[in-house]
Amino acid sequence: MLVWSRPGRIVLWVLFALIFGVLFLAPLAVILLSSLADQWNGVLPNGLTTEHYTDVIRGAAWNSVKASLITGFLASALALVSGTWAALSLRLQGHALKRLLGLLFFIPSAVPSVSVGLGLLVAFSHPPLLLNGTIAIVMIAHFVLISAFTFGNVSAGLARLSPDFEQVASSLGARPAYRLWHVTLPLLAPYLVAAFGLSFALSMGELGATVMVYPPGWVTLPVSIFSLTDRGDIFAGAALTMILVAATLVLLLGLERITKRATGA
Amino acid sequence: MSAVAFTGTSVMDIDAAKIRGAGSNVHFDKVSVAYGAHVVLHPLTLDIAPGEILAMIGPSGSGKTTALRAVAGFVRPASGRIRIGATDVTDLPPYERGLGMVVQNYALFPHMRVEDNVAFGLRAQGADKALIAERVKDALGTVGMATFARRYPRELSGGQQQRVAIARALAVRPRVLLLDEPLSALDAQIRRNMVEEIARLHRSLPGLTILYVTHDQTEALTLADKIAIMRDGRVCSHGPTTELYRRPPNRFTAEFLGRANLLPVTIAEPVGSKGLATARHGDSVLTGAGRDEKAGDKSLLCIRPQHLSLTADAEHTNRIVGTLRDVHWQGELTHLVLDVDGTPVRVSATKLPIALPEPGARVPLFFAPTDTSLLPEDSGV
Ligand SMILES: Nc1ncnc2c1ncn2[C@@H]1O[C@H](COP(=O)(O)OP(=O)(O)OP(=O)(O)O)[C@@H](O)[C@H]1O
Ligand SMILES: [Mg+2]
Repeated sequence: MLVWSRPGRIVLWVLFALIFGVLFLAPLAVILLSSLADQWNGVLPNGLTTEHYTDVIRGAAWNSVKASLITGFLASALALVSGTWAALSLRLQGHALKRLLGLLFFIPSAVPSVSVGLGLLVAFSHPPLLLNGTIAIVMIAHFVLISAFTFGNVSAGLARLSPDFEQVASSLGARPAYRLWHVTLPLLAPYLVAAFGLSFALSMGELGATVMVYPPGWVTLPVSIFSLTDRGDIFAGAALTMILVAATLVLLLGLERITKRATGA
Repeated sequence: MSAVAFTGTSVMDIDAAKIRGAGSNVHFDKVSVAYGAHVVLHPLTLDIAPGEILAMIGPSGSGKTTALRAVAGFVRPASGRIRIGATDVTDLPPYERGLGMVVQNYALFPHMRVEDNVAFGLRAQGADKALIAERVKDALGTVGMATFARRYPRELSGGQQQRVAIARALAVRPRVLLLDEPLSALDAQIRRNMVEEIARLHRSLPGLTILYVTHDQTEALTLADKIAIMRDGRVCSHGPTTELYRRPPNRFTAEFLGRANLLPVTIAEPVGSKGLATARHGDSVLTGAGRDEKAGDKSLLCIRPQHLSLTADAEHTNRIVGTLRDVHWQGELTHLVLDVDGTPVRVSATKLPIALPEPGARVPLFFAPTDTSLLPEDSGV
């Protein structure tokens, strides 16, 4: 603790609670309330109902959850593999090249995701690269947007890894592949899981690029939410948002348990 | 080996006798290493005999680790060849060199139990299960860690991690064991014990060639058959431990190994029949062990602090007089610093006269001619 005095600490806690409450909890609480609201005209809803949930579940909710989870999983897995690969091979390169390529990786995150979607749409609209209207283009869009984060996470992990581990492994007779599998990757495991979790969460919430490229029949949760609210169906949108939040939370908690077990912490 | 005798036999010794690596020599043939334009190892030629412990010592940045890592294969020599036994390993990747390596912070794999750490090398090389189990047991027994096999590294003390790191290196039966400051992360007490244990280990594995990098001269003097002293990327002296200590070939060696006093003298009479020469320091006429000095040569008389005495006797026939500057009491030893005609002279004494002289007093010092050695004045390499 940096602040020792009792009043000082109380002030800090109140400040924290205010910021956290206003910026994070309030919007979520409003969404939660709307998802359960019968009618909402005054300060608080007029009555509560689970009708919106049954509606969206009877509707396309389940398909959207499925589309989002599959997209998130595949895109994150792909990003994890390629981000790790890139981080590992860039580690061997000279300083300047490493910086340049490292920067290139982050460009997609600096561009509005709508532009990324538009770019993909234009790029893949002609044979032989005709991917418009396929599920693959959604995956690619998500992959492009999240791979920088896996790369960044894994690179940070690698930078903290003492070269001693790998050198001792080599001197004991471990060939590069064996060393990678039995030493480098296990030591990176916490970073890999964190990278995967972050990309998954990003993918679950991705809207801008997906809206540009999604084919009919592959409507992810954010796209569903967007179209529901766009149609003025605020309460159903809110219910679907809560489903998205729940799915993402369950997923991240599961990943956290895996990390704990893997690192024995 | 001038190791401290380790009393108390253990079952471990018998196990250890089974792990007998076939020793190989290590040969540096004009090996140089440069980082860009910065040469950190000047062409180095050095041989480590099979079964020998060579301690490489020297100040920080003198290139010790670089030399060791060149043997291990993590630093590519700019020129020269490195041979281990009959094999030229210069172009071999590290994993084909058949070495064991222990680094300063041990680098035990944190996600593996002790037994899996020790088994790592053999598994990587695809040895069969029964052999691995046997070797792991042997290696852990050798270092006295058999009961810790199921622990994780984080559940061990520093000294225990150190033993596991050594066991891990031994399990592959390396031709050469490379130790880079293996004890520097331990505190003084454990370090002394570990030095003795490494000495004992080497007695039970007499064929094992060891390159031991350290900047602790006590470790080197205790363990090594030979010592190489590095300075600015060059070996400035190399020889059997006792000889290097008794007859340092140059100023740097004399000062680095045991902080010798070096008194400037002029040779009066060259070496006679007993190997002693006569030299003059101011008004004092001194005799010391010489080599090929000629009358009139400027020379340095090397005297160890523990060989200087405040009292005369039949053997301590040399006498110089200095002004006492400082007295440091350290329990079993007392260190005196004197000024002998502008040269600082250190004395380490276990016994002192009851009436200790006061700082500023003129104090005579006595020493035996056979405890000294003459080295050339211009050898401050
Ligand atoms: N990767 C590197 N790039 C550039 N210079 C290096 C590199 N590694 C070591 N050096 C330089 O090489 C010289 C020798 O380093 P080395 O690690 O061999 O010293 P050392 O004798 O082991 O020192 P210490 O006792 O501090 O461990 C030093 O001047 C160091 O700065
Ligand atoms: Mg070093």
